[in-house]
Amino acid sequence: MEEILEILENNSRLKCEDIAVMLGKSVEEVKEAIKKLEDEGVIVGYNTLINWEKTNREMVTALIEVKVTPQRGEGFDKVAERIHRFPEVKACYLMSGGFDLTVIVEGKNLKQVASFVAEKLAPLESVLSTSTHFVLKKYKDDGVIFEKKEKDDREAIVL
Amino acid sequence: MNINDMISPTVKSIPPSGIRKYFDLLNEMKDAISLSVGEPDFVTPWNIREAGIYSLEKGQTHYSSNAGLIELRSEIAKYMDNRFGLKYNPKEEILVTVGASEAIDLALRSLIIPGDEVIIPEPSFVAYKGCALLSGAVPVVIELKAEDQFRLTPEALENAITEKTKVVIIPFPNNPTGAIMTKKDIEGIVEVLKDKDIVVISDEIYAELTYEGEHVSIASYPEMKEKTLVINGFSKAFAMTGWRIGYACGHPCLIDSMKKIHQYAIMCAPTNAQHAAIEALRNSSDDVGMMVREYNRRRRLMVDGFRKAGLDCFEPLGAFYVFPCITSTGMSSDEFCEKLLMEEKVLVVPGTAFGDCGAGFVRATYASSVENIIEAMKRIKKFVDRHSRLHI
Repeated sequence: MEEILEILENNSRLKCEDIAVMLGKSVEEVKEAIKKLEDEGVIVGYNTLINWEKTNREMVTALIEVKVTPQRGEGFDKVAERIHRFPEVKACYLMSGGFDLTVIVEGKNLKQVASFVAEKLAPLESVLSTSTHFVLKKYKDDGVIFEKKEKDDREAIVL
Repeated sequence: MNINDMISPTVKSIPPSGIRKYFDLLNEMKDAISLSVGEPDFVTPWNIREAGIYSLEKGQTHYSSNAGLIELRSEIAKYMDNRFGLKYNPKEEILVTVGASEAIDLALRSLIIPGDEVIIPEPSFVAYKGCALLSGAVPVVIELKAEDQFRLTPEALENAITEKTKVVIIPFPNNPTGAIMTKKDIEGIVEVLKDKDIVVISDEIYAELTYEGEHVSIASYPEMKEKTLVINGFSKAFAMTGWRIGYACGHPCLIDSMKKIHQYAIMCAPTNAQHAAIEALRNSSDDVGMMVREYNRRRRLMVDGFRKAGLDCFEPLGAFYVFPCITSTGMSSDEFCEKLLMEEKVLVVPGTAFGDCGAGFVRATYASSVENIIEAMKRIKKFVDRHSRLHI
């Protein structure tokens, strides 16, 4: 049933009926498998990937390198949770190398992100330092190239 | 002087393509879905494209040796061994060509004395008959049948063989039917051919696109190895149609003869595309696997779509085509295609484009996105429902 994930990862809007046909399984089998994957937390959501730059909505994204002090008995998990619980945080990863956490933050504008860093993130007790990088342009996100032309340009050929 | 009188009668005898008119109509339409193009919709995997770019950066812009880069031929030899259990010496038994099509042409021109017979199972790729005629051969057609799952049977082959038979073409997995030959089917053919002085041209360009069981090459039978020329290429499996790299593997004597024609007509296959092909063989088996799984899912979707539309559709197990029977609509292949395009804006190809025995069938390709296939199948169902009602 690994293949269900391969299908849904590319298009989560396909109907169970179509997925069943594509895999040569019954609709019930597919529904059951998807439910199981959801219950087990393998499938954790069905999001829509949006290129906000094409809309009127103001939006900036920042990547923040955060150095933190791990806590006894909890390691980095506790402080990471304190950070990723903020709704402004779109992604949060524990890193190897020169800093500890990568925090991806979205806000309406530069000011909003700056105030999140200054008022929410930096003052946290375990946070030692932050370094904020603003995203200038998104070329590709979650495996999808934004400015891709979708036209089928295969030419007619006799074969 | 009338130039038309100067054109060779042989060339004139080759009929113009019957599907051109549909393409012209298609080009003027908006929202039309084409299930007519016989090539992958995937773009060549990036690592292969990148290798092509790098090759240009390095200035690899010269001719390669006539037979192709030895590095590429060595990779092909390894691939043929690993994938199909076929052993070839890269130095004298492999020739890199401009697409598999060139290899078909070279092979026939190397072998044929005018008047020799070439056995061609149909429906099949249009180039076999064309190249056979151009080489001066007499094409002898075997009509494959839906009730045999469009497989070549030993009986049909036996009946087609005469004293003049020089070559048999074995085109599986097949374009346009999607039929494959199982090990057992191939064994039947080996039985017929093993003691005869007939050369087999086995066109295995769709070998990677086999969805049930493993592809079996007729050349893997020791008694057939010497007299079989295996033709393959990068177009279908690696989504590299526009790069034009194919190859032929066979007896040194035949390869050497083909190379003679190749070096005068072509010189060598494009060098930078050959470098890209090396990358394809070394590092792209995961991409091939991904594409094959995706084709297989679309295949099931399309077969199911045709069956739900009420058309008889044998289950294709190879290539990327579905070949449903449309006689229940009361229309000819041509009518079906033209009306479907005009009324529902979906283009499929009449079976007759692949031989007279394709009458009553159409070819649709699932080298198109899942969304396109779902939408096209909806439109086809609507179309068939409407016309079946009229027909009754």
